Amino acid sequence: MTVLCLVEYDGAGMADPSRHALTLARDLAESAGGEVAAVLFTTGGADRPGAGSPAPDNAGPDRAAPEDASPDGAAPDGAAPDGAAPDGAAPDGAAPDGAAPDGAAPDGADPEDAATGLPSAVLGDLAACGVARAWAVRAGTGYAPAAWARGLAELAVTCAAAAVVAAATDRGSEVLAHLGAITGQPVAANAVSARFVSPGLCELTRHRWAGSLLEDATLEASLAIATVAADAGPARPAEKGADVAVQAFCPELADADLRVRAVESAEPAAGVSLATARVVVGGGRGVGGPEGFGVLEELAALLGGTVGVSRVVTSQGWRPHRQQVGQTGTKIAPELYLACGISGAIQHMAGCQGARHLVAVNTDPDAPIIARADYAVIGDLAQVLPALVAAIRARGAAG
Amino acid sequence: MEIGVCVKRVPQVGGRVVVTPDGQDVDTRMSGFAVSPHEECAVEEAVQLTEREGGRVTVLTLGPPQAAQQLRDMLALGAHQALLLETDEREWGPIATAAAIADAVTNRAAAGEPGFDLLLFGNESADTGGYQVAVRVAHALGLPCVTGIKALARTPGGIRASREYRGTQESYDLPLPAVVSVKEGINLPRYPSLPGRLRAKRAPVQVTTPQWQPEGLRKERLRLPSQARKQAEILGTGTGTGVDAVPALVALLDKLGMLP
Repeated sequence: MTVLCLVEYDGAGMADPSRHALTLARDLAESAGGEVAAVLFTTGGADRPGAGSPAPDNAGPDRAAPEDASPDGAAPDGAAPDGAAPDGAAPDGAAPDGAAPDGAAPDGADPEDAATGLPSAVLGDLAACGVARAWAVRAGTGYAPAAWARGLAELAVTCAAAAVVAAATDRGSEVLAHLGAITGQPVAANAVSARFVSPGLCELTRHRWAGSLLEDATLEASLAIATVAADAGPARPAEKGADVAVQAFCPELADADLRVRAVESAEPAAGVSLATARVVVGGGRGVGGPEGFGVLEELAALLGGTVGVSRVVTSQGWRPHRQQVGQTGTKIAPELYLACGISGAIQHMAGCQGARHLVAVNTDPDAPIIARADYAVIGDLAQVLPALVAAIRARGAAG
Repeated sequence: MEIGVCVKRVPQVGGRVVVTPDGQDVDTRMSGFAVSPHEECAVEEAVQLTEREGGRVTVLTLGPPQAAQQLRDMLALGAHQALLLETDEREWGPIATAAAIADAVTNRAAAGEPGFDLLLFGNESADTGGYQVAVRVAHALGLPCVTGIKALARTPGGIRASREYRGTQESYDLPLPAVVSVKEGINLPRYPSLPGRLRAKRAPVQVTTPQWQPEGLRKERLRLPSQARKQAEILGTGTGTGVDAVPALVALLDKLGMLP
């Protein structure tokens, strides 16, 4: 029995949400005595043979060509997988999002495994997550959601998979929704745990209201399809780092599968990203208006962080939506979230559950956010924040 | 352009979600109802497109008879027509919902109404968050589809839809007709005008009753996540302006290693 897990990656390695997806995939596989196979789509480089061309014309039941590619032997410099899985070391959360966990690609140079077209860094990450088998799927150039789903659907048939899971990222959610539509199977979105109780029947728990509510559910399907919430609990390390056997797979794609694909990429503006900021200074209705955010910006700059806001602030047009923290905005996971003049509606709290320390400044001691905060200042942010900025500046000058 | 926008009636929850004693629903006795935030933006986007391009916006919802109110709310924002796919008390899953919407679109065309050039959805509903109805409708109708969109523009060949992915901008060119799901932030929805509200009150809402079907994903119970209700440590005296708490706050930030 096989559980397929879509893994997102770049030259620096596996995307963090995919670690959570692999953790759930492993639980699902173990509950039925099966194993996990990672699925990675190779989309880039037209210079790579095969990439970008339609599926080769060798359509048989066995289009999968085994290509021996254990990361140890095949990495160009032999160094990449090192340190990816020292015994007992946790590969989860230790590395900040996007950082190369094993130093394989420190400056954008991403050594590729010659046989598979996959970056060596991601092969190391897979081994560290206990993945022994992986499929490198070629589905045209660029990201095409329907083509990726078609690839997963064909692969699920080829290896008689019982389940397909993916991280509940924009791409993971989109691709598995297509997979559900193509196969006619249900999709459980934002699962946090899942296990097979019998063939074709899963018990699972999933998020509703962006995690403010949990749903215990059963999933009866010939192919169990689930996306995995990014905050599904810590990604657990695997017991041992194994060598990854990578096989190539070329699905047969129809023109319709390729008609929607990403056609353009541009780098966004630089600056401290809200999603990955170490410190977020939050402002809500209590800030009073667009002119009230100067002191929040000043404090955020002093602490090396950035400003986040509640939904009322963006719907009033006081601040742009990209600064919104919440269910329909950005989910944050800072070391410190200093929430000022924010009552703590569930729409907002769904976005800041990942904060390590929550400090609230609010005039209302009965505001819901006080019951969720670690520390609270009961007071007026218009008085507290300027005094705090002055005190930090005075401390810096004295020190 | 003929644009259809699918919206969902969801409870308006404020500070906390309350579950009914039988664990089957969110307790809505104390809450109002609204359209999911992403979908309100979808309606605004559609209204803006027709203001520029001409055409009509039809809002569709699948829900109980009371969901007609949410359709009227959207008519007040500038939508032109409303269609209610009326349900009974049962919970409709994504597969049944998508089938009912696809049927309604097909039947509308069969009845001689102009077909939709564009079907807009919210990326996910606020309550059940299934992330899939738009995609299932697109497959049922054989239309191209893209989700999670934060910018939409008309092009000579159709539309260009854009979103962010891991820090980079991705764009998609779609021929029309097409299905697009959008996210809040694509625009800032307007407030309903008084004439708009009066017009919406009197506007007809077309009603059909689609066929429910069971699904493989079945809710057993709802429950709140076990998060220990914290007793926040109050800094300072907890009275007055709060400025007296600043020394304790500075000491805390220092202890947490947050000060420069």
